[in-house]
Amino acid sequence: MRLLNRSVGRLSRHRRRPLAGVVLLLVALALTGGLYAVFSPSSSAESDQTQAEKAAQGRQLFLVGCASCHGQNGEGLKAQDGKLLGPSLIGVGAAAVDFQVGTGRMPMAQPGAQVQKKRPTYDQDDIDKLAAYVASLGPGPSVPTKNQYDPSTYTDAQRKQAVTLGGQIFLTNCTACHNFTGEGGAMPRGGYAPKLLDTKPKYIYEAMLTGPQSMDTFSNGNISPQEKKAVIAYVESMKNQPGYGGFSLGGLGPVSEGLFAWVVGLGILVGFAVWIAAHTTRSSKKKKGLEA
Amino acid sequence: MSEVHDGSHEIEAHTDALLPDPGLPEHTWRPTDVDPKAEKRAERQVATLFGLSALCTVLFVVSYVTIRTGVNGPTILGWGASNVTLGLTLGGALLFIGIGVIQWARKLMADVEMVELRHPASSSEEDRSMTVAALQAGLEESGIGRRPLIRNTLIGSVALLGVPAVVMLKDLGPTNKDVTESAPYPGAGLEHTVWRSQMRVVRDVVGTPIRPGDLEIGDLVNAEPEIIFGKNKGVPVPEDQVLEGADLQIAKSKAATVLLRMDPDDIVNDVTRNWSVNGIVAYSKICTHVGCPISLNERTTHHLLCPCHQSTFDLADGGKVIFGPAGRHLPQLPLTVDDEGFLVAQGDYPEPVGPSYWERNTYSLEQVAKNYATKTGEETGQ
Amino acid sequence: MSVDTSKVASSNGTNAATTTTKSSRLGALASWSDERLGLAAMGKKNLRKIFPDHWSFMLGEIALWSFVVLLLSGVFLTLWFKPSMSEISYQGSYAPLRGVEMSDAYASALHISFEVRGGLLMRQMHHWAAMLFISAMMIHLLRVFFTGAHRKPRELNWVIGSLLLLLGTLEGFTGYSLPDDLLSGTGVRAADGFMKSIPIVGTYISFFLFGGEFPGDSIIPRLYVIHVLLIPGLLLALIAAHMLLLVYHKHTQWPGPGRSETNVVGFPMLPVYAAKAGGFFFITFGVSALMGGILSINPVWKFGPYDPTKVTAGSQPDWYMGWPDGALRIMPGWESHFWGSTWSWNIFLPVIVLPGLLFTVLLLLPFLEAWITGDKREHHLLQRPRNAPTRTATMVALMTLYACFWLAGGNDLIATKLHSSINNITYALRALVFVAPCVAFWVTRRWCISLQRHDNETLLHGYETGIIMRSPEGGYSERHLPLSEAQAYTLTVRDRGRVGEEDELKPNGRPTLRSRIRTLYFDDDVQKPTIQELEEARAHAEHEAHAVATLEGHSADGHQFDGHHLTEDEPLRGED
Repeated sequence: MRLLNRSVGRLSRHRRRPLAGVVLLLVALALTGGLYAVFSPSSSAESDQTQAEKAAQGRQLFLVGCASCHGQNGEGLKAQDGKLLGPSLIGVGAAAVDFQVGTGRMPMAQPGAQVQKKRPTYDQDDIDKLAAYVASLGPGPSVPTKNQYDPSTYTDAQRKQAVTLGGQIFLTNCTACHNFTGEGGAMPRGGYAPKLLDTKPKYIYEAMLTGPQSMDTFSNGNISPQEKKAVIAYVESMKNQPGYGGFSLGGLGPVSEGLFAWVVGLGILVGFAVWIAAHTTRSSKKKKGLEA
Repeated sequence: MSEVHDGSHEIEAHTDALLPDPGLPEHTWRPTDVDPKAEKRAERQVATLFGLSALCTVLFVVSYVTIRTGVNGPTILGWGASNVTLGLTLGGALLFIGIGVIQWARKLMADVEMVELRHPASSSEEDRSMTVAALQAGLEESGIGRRPLIRNTLIGSVALLGVPAVVMLKDLGPTNKDVTESAPYPGAGLEHTVWRSQMRVVRDVVGTPIRPGDLEIGDLVNAEPEIIFGKNKGVPVPEDQVLEGADLQIAKSKAATVLLRMDPDDIVNDVTRNWSVNGIVAYSKICTHVGCPISLNERTTHHLLCPCHQSTFDLADGGKVIFGPAGRHLPQLPLTVDDEGFLVAQGDYPEPVGPSYWERNTYSLEQVAKNYATKTGEETGQ
Repeated sequence: MSVDTSKVASSNGTNAATTTTKSSRLGALASWSDERLGLAAMGKKNLRKIFPDHWSFMLGEIALWSFVVLLLSGVFLTLWFKPSMSEISYQGSYAPLRGVEMSDAYASALHISFEVRGGLLMRQMHHWAAMLFISAMMIHLLRVFFTGAHRKPRELNWVIGSLLLLLGTLEGFTGYSLPDDLLSGTGVRAADGFMKSIPIVGTYISFFLFGGEFPGDSIIPRLYVIHVLLIPGLLLALIAAHMLLLVYHKHTQWPGPGRSETNVVGFPMLPVYAAKAGGFFFITFGVSALMGGILSINPVWKFGPYDPTKVTAGSQPDWYMGWPDGALRIMPGWESHFWGSTWSWNIFLPVIVLPGLLFTVLLLLPFLEAWITGDKREHHLLQRPRNAPTRTATMVALMTLYACFWLAGGNDLIATKLHSSINNITYALRALVFVAPCVAFWVTRRWCISLQRHDNETLLHGYETGIIMRSPEGGYSERHLPLSEAQAYTLTVRDRGRVGEEDELKPNGRPTLRSRIRTLYFDDDVQKPTIQELEEARAHAEHEAHAVATLEGHSADGHQFDGHHLTEDEPLRGED
């Protein structure tokens, strides 16, 4: 009691009970904390935000960063000469937003034949808000769950089957644009199908689902969610596959092989030929016993 | 004029030389020729190289025996260890021998330049005349000059012997006509595929039938007729009618189809619209250029691009060629819906699919549609 | 100054250049063989045959030794490869394809790659060696043409070489189609399309080759026989003929001191050339093995088995077929229909007609040149490319045409990697294939002519020493010194004027077509100086040197740098 009295002595000097100082301190602390909790802005990690709240905040972000091309209400904007500035986002769904903004494609840095992937401008929370807003504009595909897109949720046996099935689907539907190693390919008028090997599984799923830019959609009625996951498993296996034969030369097929044959192969051999036929070191001495 | 007289005739070679020939330069010796220490060093160098080669050979055998090959084998830097080590050791074994032999030649073998005189390419006059005389004597004795009857009949009969060699190649394969008439497998002949009326359109690889409601606008489906997966109108076909082996491959190489769902308002061609269902159109997946399968679709413009030579077809306008080396529009498959709501074909393709060939009757899409309507009218007895 | 000529071997002479003492065992063996085969006569002529030495003469060797590597690695592969299109369900170790239906040929290719130790190495060595074979033949062809080694008496060797190039290309195509994978199968499908485009007989050829409709089950076994037996047999025979002619004619050589049209200066077959060529064989083999070990080529497991409904972006044939593929891509889609028949110009012209035409031109080049120039002499001395400007420019124009088609074959990869429009690339190349060769021809020709002028200036005014002189008036000039005798001789061993016979005029007094072409061929060629011009220039140079020498304080005879006397004792800058 004496100890407590000493520290809160000043506080309780004029009080009747010795514990009063302690209680006062505790009440003051509790009040401060409580007031702080009530009045401080809530952090965005709060998961008990409703969809409506997210959508509202998403709208604020949208108006700042997206409305200049996509319209105040996401209805799309056409320039005076009829050229499309930004397509309508009504019905594209949360998945499309998660893909486009998550891979950094949107906001588009500059107009061009195709949107380029770049460092994302928004963090995942803001992307979720934007997605919620766009989803509220009209029904569309939603962001997939981890179970739907992540091949690590397979058992080993399941994965083996998935890789085989996914491979066949990939070779039927995807390699025509994206190339057999997922290196990418050319589309008309400056467009291109991008590389797949450095794309995250969630984005591969969303791209198939929403058909970004000139890519076709592969809706769940076309390639089912299980088949999509199998394709992702196959792409992952391609990524992790060792180069059984050595350095892959860029995975572009015969063109890079030809380049290497000429530059490396023939180059080395011609280099050897030059060495073989070159004059060796000469000495100014004369050989013993022989006249010049 | 430089000449060579070896008793017979001269080389007909001359290149004008303005100045007198200073002759071969004085030979300068190499250090290995004049300095015994350098010579020994070079010898040791060559021997070391050969020794390194032997070492590499030993390492090759060791790698072969100890390093597992294949999908579960070890890797070095992400590369298959078996392949890399076998390649490096074999390469080293061979390369060191080669470098060693070359060093031997360069450093130690005599390198005094030597001169050899050329001879004319033609034979000497004497040889020529003797050959001519021999030929003449031989021909004269054979009497072939004096006996035209023998000569001509010989030439004729020998020439005729070429015919069996050519004729025996006939059975290399049937002709298109043979195959179309005898139909040894379903859809035989360049003009036909396995598509039939009411045959369901199914997704490739998985083989499931498709309802129009399954597809959204912008969906591209790589499709096949259900017979590829052993079904007809939803029901499995009998064992002996299941396509397999070469028959299956031939069927796939003509029947492969792409389905695209677009906004019905985007379709500009009447024939295309007639043959579509709710904006879903079906086209042959086989390019009309040289037959690669096409499935690069640019969704926003519904242009289908072939990856082989970049022929581009407009799927909203009868598969018209809008860029590239293809010479002919893409054949369209007329679609309808069966009584269970699945997408089915109205019949076979109205025109031959795939690359053009000489005997192909090629019509515009409108004419094809007219012919098709007439044909189906006849078949259904209208 | 000259070599001890008692050691020179004269024209396939009667005595060996050196005497030998063989060990008695070897001698006994040699006697035994000779008593039955009489090989000594051949040995006497050829064991010490002289070959000239230059690195550019070894390019054909690269092709030769690659062919040997192909034979050796190919035999290895035949021990495991199954040339059968029977459909099986894969049960091997490559998991992503387990259970997939594929041909036996493809499955055996997977087996070689994954279950046979060293199998993937041999597959890759074989493919790399094939690439080296064809590319070496091409640069060998270019070297021969640019240096004029295709002239009489070697025109037939040129024809044989061109046939080797064609057969090598076909051999490569049949070879990489054997594993029946998706990429090469797409190429076979395209080949079927090419055959179908041939008027009248197209479908017959296609059906006969495939044993019916595409793909059938006969094409792989048939390509196998062509690849393993028929074409290698032809290649071996033609290579033997090519080598025989080379040995008979003896190799050409560069002009220089001691070298003439009637001799060969170099080193003997045994031991120097046997060592250098043999060593080069091991080096080529070793480089193929290294490439097969660390550079992945044709990873068929990634493509999957051939399926007529699947395809990949970036579908290209191997590089040596790239140029017909390119011609095919940029060709407009011309197709004509007459009376129920279809004429596929868009395929027939670029793939059947164009290669046929270009190959015929290639074959006829030496004969064309002989017709134009009328030159009937034998040639054993090589020409520098600059001394035949029109010939050099023609080949550069052909190379540019080839390169344009090559680029067209990779147009989709160019579009992807350089972020450009594939449509614009195609349009640009359509124009470029006509414009670029003409530009290349003109530029090359003028370049050669200016190089000839430079040679002449060097002959007349000497070479630039890098020493700057200041005259009393204050002007700067660079000191030139005359070329050495050897260098001057080398530069002046070339024909003067228009070689060959002049054409007579036509009856109406006008020049014949051949005359006019001939005039254009030799137009603007810069001739080497006459002996008077050389003498004048020499006198002028010596005069100048003497004038300058008094300034420097010592005599300068202008021979400091050309080997006539050593420079160690010469004060070059005027100090003593």
